[in-house]
Amino acid sequence: MLSIHNVDKIYHSRGKPDVHAVRALDMEVKKGEIVALLGSSGCGKTSTLRMIAGFESVTSGSIALAQRAIHDLPPAKRKVAMAFEGYSLYPPLTVRENIAFALKAQQLSRAEIARRVDEIARLVEIEDILDHHPRALSGGQQQRVSLARALVRDADLYLLDEPMGQLEPQLRAVLRGRIKGLLAERGMTAIFVTHDQTEASALADRIAVMEDGVLQQFAGERELKNRPANLFVASFIGEPPMNLLDTAVTPEESGFRLSAGSDLAFHISLQTLDVMAQQTLAQAQQIKVGIRPQRIAIGTGESRLRVVSNQWLGDQSHVAGECAGHLVVAVTQGKVAARPGDVVPCTLDARHLHIFGADGVCVRHAEAR
Amino acid sequence: MDHSSLAGRIFRGIALSLVLVFFMFPIVWILLMSFQTNEQILRIPPRILFEPTLANYEALISGQLRTAAGNLQIEFMRNLMNSFVLSSASVILALLLGVPAAYAFARFKFKLGETIAFTLLSFRFAPPLLVLLPLSLYYQQLGLNDTYFGIVWVYQLIALPLILWIVRGYFEDISPDIEHAYRLAGHSWREAFTRIAVPLAGPGIAAAGLLSFIFCWNNFVFALILASADKQPVTVGALAFVTASGIQYGQIAAAIVLSVTPTLLLALYAQRYLVEGLSLGAVKG
Repeated sequence: MLSIHNVDKIYHSRGKPDVHAVRALDMEVKKGEIVALLGSSGCGKTSTLRMIAGFESVTSGSIALAQRAIHDLPPAKRKVAMAFEGYSLYPPLTVRENIAFALKAQQLSRAEIARRVDEIARLVEIEDILDHHPRALSGGQQQRVSLARALVRDADLYLLDEPMGQLEPQLRAVLRGRIKGLLAERGMTAIFVTHDQTEASALADRIAVMEDGVLQQFAGERELKNRPANLFVASFIGEPPMNLLDTAVTPEESGFRLSAGSDLAFHISLQTLDVMAQQTLAQAQQIKVGIRPQRIAIGTGESRLRVVSNQWLGDQSHVAGECAGHLVVAVTQGKVAARPGDVVPCTLDARHLHIFGADGVCVRHAEAR
Repeated sequence: MDHSSLAGRIFRGIALSLVLVFFMFPIVWILLMSFQTNEQILRIPPRILFEPTLANYEALISGQLRTAAGNLQIEFMRNLMNSFVLSSASVILALLLGVPAAYAFARFKFKLGETIAFTLLSFRFAPPLLVLLPLSLYYQQLGLNDTYFGIVWVYQLIALPLILWIVRGYFEDISPDIEHAYRLAGHSWREAFTRIAVPLAGPGIAAAGLLSFIFCWNNFVFALILASADKQPVTVGALAFVTASGIQYGQIAAAIVLSVTPTLLLALYAQRYLVEGLSLGAVKG
């Protein structure tokens, strides 16, 4: 449906160094798919969105939508709808007119326009403000109007820039569900930009993680969690973030010994490593490993954790502590009876380790479950 | 406000009156002078109470100026008409050229963009006489001397930079995404400019147009050098009242009243836009 091929975006400005906002981006989005562009600010996600919409030119590469090359077309000819982060409602018109405005070019009957406006207004809960002017609305209301104005159109692709950033948490959860339902029911293809992992996981079929203009990994939420492509994705996805430890590598019989400190060492059996991982470990003296907080067991095991903080969040405990000279965070389902300063036993199982090469690429993933 | 003391309120009243007198007195005095004869005006001490006469206005409108040295033909009404034609034409031309240019400067970054914009503004820095000398020579060669078109053209030095710089600020204040949203709905950038950007910058365009109209109306030196009697605006035409037999203060006052009236009416009519335009800034997305 949408294919982005080898796209680069470089911003030139006089007197300043060029900014390479997007680097060699390749992405395929299937029809009916909902994709999230996830990353911190300045990672190139909004530039990507604006290149698809046509407000930024591509420096090199190509973008095709429904088998049409669109990167040289004016925005009007791209058949793309967009909800802007700054809402961008037209101030002199009422909410109803703003939404209907987007349908004008489609030459629909007046009754049909009214029907569609009412339908979308119900969906995002703005029926009661349809006759207000944008200036009289709160940020959250304006954001919903902007969302409605994009979704009401017939387009090949829907682009949503931070579509729910201004909404209250409850409403956000409700709208997420409804919008996902609407997109799925009509088979609409959508790309949305967000910096909120929860939103990305809740709404998207696949998530494209971007950093520094480079697409780090493009996969479903489970895959990003269980099989992160590299150190960045591993530490960016997941809450709280993955624990990362530096270990010293020593070859052993039938595997490697990764030592993270005096009383914390892992035996990695050769059978769990592919050829590349074996080579990487054989050549390395130091290597980074990662373990999810949820995979650290508290209360049993050989290792010792000196508790620094212990928070009960109502449904899980976050225990932070010092283990063999490293600060690690563990998450458990039950309450943990430990106060700061206490030493509790803990288990870091070698099966749960992700191993990262010197270039940050993950050479071995943890076993799922 | 309500909590202020009596002394405070009195003081504020006095201060306000002082300011009001300072600004309004010359205008009121001119208005009074326009209903007096030269003898009444030159009487010392001057009097507030007098027998008003319409002779000054009559002379201006009929074009017959009676002085001690005899009757003089004056073209005041024609001058007024000239002022009107020249200023309106200049502002219309400047809007047609300046508004799209302002949009281009606001929206697009292009080579030498800032340089061109600044050059246009710098026309306002040079003393007009400095520009006029070479310009009048060129105008003679081109045959533009003493033509309406020539004067309107030279008035662009006044109106165009003003409109360009004021309106540019308004366009910059409008979020480009409002136009982007419109263009995504299947409209060209030209439609986005005429249907979205220009209406949103409307108050700013009105304010800039009005200001440049007033500046063109008040211009003196360009028309003095470049136009002969039948194309001169009121500012130059008023020189006719300095006659061989003395300065006709009464007629000058009446001429000022008549020449201020159109701009005053226009300003009053457009006051709403002016205040909104010059103080609030444009609409934010």
